[in-house]
Amino acid sequence: MDWLARLDEQIERAPGFFHKRPVVLDLSVTQLNEPGIRALLSELQARDIRIIGMEGADPSVQNLDVPGWPPMLNGGRAASGIEVPDEPPPAPPEPEEPACLLISEPIRSGQSIVFPKGDVTIVGSVGSGAEVMAGGSIHIYGALRGRAIAGMLGNPNARIFCRRMDAELLAIDGLYRTAEDMDPALRGRPVQAWLDRDSIVMAPLD
Amino acid sequence: MAKILVVTSGKGGVGKTTSTASLGAALAQSGQRVVVVDFDVGLRNLDLVMGAERRVVFDLINVVQGDAKLAQALIRDKRVDTLSLLPASQTRDKDALTEEGVAKVLAELREKFDWIICDSPAGIEKGATLAMYNADAAVVVTNPEVSSVRDSDRIIGLLDSKTKRAEKGERMEKHLLLTRYDTARAARGEMLKTDDVLEILSIPLLGIIPESEEVLRASNIGAPITLSNPASAAGRAYFDAAKRLRGEDIPMTVPVERRGLMGKLFGRRVA
Repeated sequence: MDWLARLDEQIERAPGFFHKRPVVLDLSVTQLNEPGIRALLSELQARDIRIIGMEGADPSVQNLDVPGWPPMLNGGRAASGIEVPDEPPPAPPEPEEPACLLISEPIRSGQSIVFPKGDVTIVGSVGSGAEVMAGGSIHIYGALRGRAIAGMLGNPNARIFCRRMDAELLAIDGLYRTAEDMDPALRGRPVQAWLDRDSIVMAPLD
Repeated sequence: MAKILVVTSGKGGVGKTTSTASLGAALAQSGQRVVVVDFDVGLRNLDLVMGAERRVVFDLINVVQGDAKLAQALIRDKRVDTLSLLPASQTRDKDALTEEGVAKVLAELREKFDWIICDSPAGIEKGATLAMYNADAAVVVTNPEVSSVRDSDRIIGLLDSKTKRAEKGERMEKHLLLTRYDTARAARGEMLKTDDVLEILSIPLLGIIPESEEVLRASNIGAPITLSNPASAAGRAYFDAAKRLRGEDIPMTVPVERRGLMGKLFGRRVA
């Protein structure tokens, strides 16, 4: 039945709408006979809708002596204060996975931290021979002696920050720079690196 | 409760075996019941450094495989009676060791000793990971050289991820033992400074063992330096490290050789 399908849609949008509410069925717009009403009632029951009465039904089906048959009511009026929501209510904000990863231990040689979803913050040092790869930026509150690869999935706005620059390799958005090509004056200093057009720029933070 | 200590480094030749023997002997000399276990199957050396190479009958592999009882394989030191050695096999390779077998032997040793000191092979393969797997604490032996420091960093990472303690989410107690420390070269700035090594590895310092001919001589005559020359700089450094392992608070110094006037005059003779 088309109407039932639309009812289901409604329930889907507002699952609590009929919850524990007494409902009076207005049958004046239908031409249902007894089996039709019976079918409708069972359909509604299946949806956990409590029918406490009916209105506007054909006189032939009024007050039948059938167990569970809802009594007829007259002069009922639409309950006020209940608005059928048209739009689904804004879904409760899903607990989104945080797009940053915090590590408060040193990253040892041979370890690899890969976090494509977002930023990586490390409270500690990144050892020589270790690597940190992030979809976003990389923040290192310690010495960076290994590799830092920011914007690994293609993000030219990613940056690399460290408290002490001693990196073996820096890469942002696929462009890289090895230790050999870094300004020796930056060694051991707090440094940030970002992408300017097609080259990695490094500058002291202090 | 016995404590299982693994002496490890990643890199070879930094002084793991010497340190195992010296720390083990130093602890035993203070009355603790100690067993040193050689995990370097196929390249066993600990028996030589301990001076027990002519007394080896059964070894760790025999015990793991059930061919010998633990009591048959343990060699008691002739100089310190609370010190024992469980040698490795020279004819087998590391594949003969199994995780269950090693765990069983260590559990048995726990009943008999206060300290079980495992001498790890170099590298990060099966032998090294088996030696560290059951450990309660680790002594990371490092020379003040960049290659050694990087390998130690790698080993510390493995200690924090590939051991039983790490798997249970517990912290592994780690100590840094800086060996082959040459005061003269350090003064000239030719070696990594202690502070730099500590900053890179960020684990607490257990001791600084000065580079010394005495240590080499001790290894060659098959006696840990704490037994053969306890008054030497390296000997005193190992005694201090052993005290720190037992929880004593000893101020950190780099012991230097005590030389008499004649020693100073003739100290620089050609070796």
